[in-house]
Amino acid sequence: MEAVIPGLDTAKKLGLLEEEYDKVCEILGRKPNFTELSIYSVMWSEHCSYKNSIKWLKTLPRKGPHLLAEAGEENAGLVDIGDGLACAFKIESHNHPSAIEPYQGAATGVGGINRDIFTMGARPVAQLNSLRFGSIDEERTKWLLKGVVKGIGDYGNSFGVPVLGGEVHFDPCYQTNPLVNAMSVGILEIDKTISAISYGEGNPVFIVGSRTGKDGIHGATFASGDITDSSSDDLPAVQVGDPFQEKLLLEASLELAETDVIIGMQDMGAAGIICSSSEMSEKGGHGMDIWLDKVPTRQEGMEPFEILLSESQERMLVVVKKGQEDIVTGIFDKWDLQAEEIGIVTKGDTLRFFDNGELVAKVPAESLVLGGGAPVYDREYSEPAYFAETKKFKIEDVAEPTDLIEVAKFLTEHPNIASKRWVTQQYDSMVGTINMTTNRPSDAGLVNVKGSKKALAVTVDCNARYVHADPRKGCAIAVAEAARNIACTGAKASGITNCLNFGNPYNPKVYWQFVGAIKGMTDAGTIFETPVTGGNVSFYNQTVSKDKEEAVFPTPTIGMMGILEDKTKAMGSDFQHASDSIYLLGESRNDINSSEYLYSFQGVKLSPAPHLNLEEELKLHTVLREAIDKKMIESAHDCADGGLFITLLESAMNHDLGFDVDYDTSVRKDAFLFGEAQGRVVVSVHAGEEKKFEEFLFKQGQTFSKLGSTNASGDLSFGGKSFGNMKQYKERFMNSLEERLLS
Amino acid sequence: MKFGVITFPGSNCDQDMVYVLRDIMGQEVVELWHKDHDLQGSDFVVLPGGFSYGDYLRSGAIARFSPIMNEVQAHAQRGGYVMGVCNGFQILAESHLLDGALLHNDNQQFICKNVWLKAETNNSMVTRSMDLNRTYRIPIAHAEGRFHASEDSLKAILDEDRVLFSYCDENGEVNSSVNPNGSAHNIAGITNKARNVFGMMPHPERAADPHLGNEDGRVLFESILSETLAQV
Repeated sequence: MEAVIPGLDTAKKLGLLEEEYDKVCEILGRKPNFTELSIYSVMWSEHCSYKNSIKWLKTLPRKGPHLLAEAGEENAGLVDIGDGLACAFKIESHNHPSAIEPYQGAATGVGGINRDIFTMGARPVAQLNSLRFGSIDEERTKWLLKGVVKGIGDYGNSFGVPVLGGEVHFDPCYQTNPLVNAMSVGILEIDKTISAISYGEGNPVFIVGSRTGKDGIHGATFASGDITDSSSDDLPAVQVGDPFQEKLLLEASLELAETDVIIGMQDMGAAGIICSSSEMSEKGGHGMDIWLDKVPTRQEGMEPFEILLSESQERMLVVVKKGQEDIVTGIFDKWDLQAEEIGIVTKGDTLRFFDNGELVAKVPAESLVLGGGAPVYDREYSEPAYFAETKKFKIEDVAEPTDLIEVAKFLTEHPNIASKRWVTQQYDSMVGTINMTTNRPSDAGLVNVKGSKKALAVTVDCNARYVHADPRKGCAIAVAEAARNIACTGAKASGITNCLNFGNPYNPKVYWQFVGAIKGMTDAGTIFETPVTGGNVSFYNQTVSKDKEEAVFPTPTIGMMGILEDKTKAMGSDFQHASDSIYLLGESRNDINSSEYLYSFQGVKLSPAPHLNLEEELKLHTVLREAIDKKMIESAHDCADGGLFITLLESAMNHDLGFDVDYDTSVRKDAFLFGEAQGRVVVSVHAGEEKKFEEFLFKQGQTFSKLGSTNASGDLSFGGKSFGNMKQYKERFMNSLEERLLS
Repeated sequence: MKFGVITFPGSNCDQDMVYVLRDIMGQEVVELWHKDHDLQGSDFVVLPGGFSYGDYLRSGAIARFSPIMNEVQAHAQRGGYVMGVCNGFQILAESHLLDGALLHNDNQQFICKNVWLKAETNNSMVTRSMDLNRTYRIPIAHAEGRFHASEDSLKAILDEDRVLFSYCDENGEVNSSVNPNGSAHNIAGITNKARNVFGMMPHPERAADPHLGNEDGRVLFESILSETLAQV
């Protein structure tokens, strides 16, 4: 091994704390060399080790009747969907790379999350993404948005997975630190699941796919630090994507899944070879010898630590049954991909890395991984001062606007509410011919499971404004909204994947938000019986400038999937005919808390999170599903951003209908129209079917009110007063985002 | 009729095409690999959509050199039927089995959406059963779909009734406001002089499954099959 042994200074430069360096020395019984130090620095980085979050993540609900793999067990969550099929799904962040190089940052995020799915033997069938940027009028925001959208599109379109849903939000808190969260959903036959495991002494270890280059070295460490003025100097930490290679890798991997020659497979994402070799070995209780000089590289003369840590994309580590090597190389030859034998499974749990016969690193696999030797920290937290401020807000502090039409127009064209068509049309949403929502919008994406009666419902949701106002309640709302969106299609939610985007965990105020959000997710996940199957944590989402450090809004993005048993009953969100009756399930409330209306139109930045009652919410979802199953309703659309007015507008828009709606006189008009209290869904019922429907609701004990009816003229009215015609609103809703972006 | 659907490395609509032909239209389909030297007795060869060879260099530019393209050329020269959808159209244009070229969309973006199409002729195997007086809602999904041809070649295409489809509005009006990508004369699909090779940018296979709520694309496949029946 190397003669020169680095010390604590080097460890610190690589991002390790002094106590962590001491722990490494203790584990090895000696001082680590540079290669070993690099290994620990990435494997114990926040990104790989979850050292500052795992304690709380373990408190999340993680068991459910249909779970085939619990959080952390495999590359992604796995839910039994019946008929011998399972759904693999996961969401991940690619925030830090996207902040510096939006195109490649976002593209490789899409690539990475899809590899997590197909490394399990599942074919990705749907993609969703949750994007957050700073103020839309800033040039930098436009540059970031355009780059991110093109990156997601170019990668996913070529790779061939349709985008079925997502969200795009703007708030100044994301100005220098955008959030790019990508979710992938795949389907596989349960008995063909591939595990991320390695065992069997003497079994060969292959690296397959792209060559290993110098890109992304210390990317995991980079993702575990603050974005600063000099972050662009870290550009080599951003990887470069090649969707064509990924497509070949997908097809070859799925062909491999059809054989029985595989022991285990894991994709190479953060921390490259070292991460996959250690995690697979630890899981299988074996060791591994890897010959780094056998790894196909892009450049000459790469150092051992560079090969070990490289985050070059589109690569997999595969452990094969001894004697079956030809089958593996045959499949990869067919797809013109490289498959190189680079090592062997050994007894014990030691990972040994050789370079031309020389041992360059020797570490126990268990010491590197989460749940093993990786550090676990208990972080302090304390309530930030702003939280008490939010509680002081009362609706009476804001005078009711005299011109409600002005508010309606303001919200219709607000970038957080208006159509994201400019973005979504750049994504292939139809490849795979499974997207059931192309021709009829619905609150969640619907995947046609070919050859079965079922469909999958998928969604991503998080209103970070609510989470900032009240982390516990706000995160529960994110879960409730996701489940509600799924219920609006007629499906039942079955599992969560989460992407927890927060600021610096060493800041107690930030950590307080994190802890609150976890508690809220637990509250709601327990009620809806939606276990958390995995996901990722992204800390350090904040901007450090000369004099201050500003965290983004706490943004625990909830990805959720559900099952629709009879896909012929899939429910859409759009009104179907004129003269249908419109109902509100749930209750109108005198609540404008944290609404887009209060925040953006009235300019009140601090107020509590809006109303949420999880019991009411659960009941609503159950009633809704039953009404859909009994074919009693024509459409269902939940009240969310922009409140009831926007819900009605969106439902009426698809068929250019209008509506005549009465106010609920027990609440203020602005609260009725624009408040964002949770637990409300607008449904439409075919004229003549009202009585039957109302009897059903009474019997269920469901709170509801009849709002009015649809009309063919396209005129919108509230309490008999005209708000104008659908045509004007639709034009603004469809075009305003593009106009703002291109101005 | 036996269909052959070719998979190039990077094809991503191959299985969608197979699904529609086999499971929805109930036809015999063979899956052909780009390295094959045999069409396995296919009567009708389909080049599906996707990003063959990653669309690196230029879409379709590398795929035309795949071994199976020699067989496709020979099949077409013998009068056999060949259809390219999206990337398949791009490959057929690069192979000179069809006239013209598909350039970057005029807005320089990938566009995925439903568009309205009208069939311009019944004198082709794929449009034979289509109603010239109605419009069809069929999606596009491409970054390079702007049909371009030299003046002479464009004139020949028009004079010889070789435009299969035009982009139009819901009522069948063909004008620049409904041209999604800047194609010459709003052309969405064409055929060759011998009328046995067809290319179109829109994806009829994405509008053929009742579960997806739009079956406007089915009529193209029905056209193909009705012609076969007529021949029998």
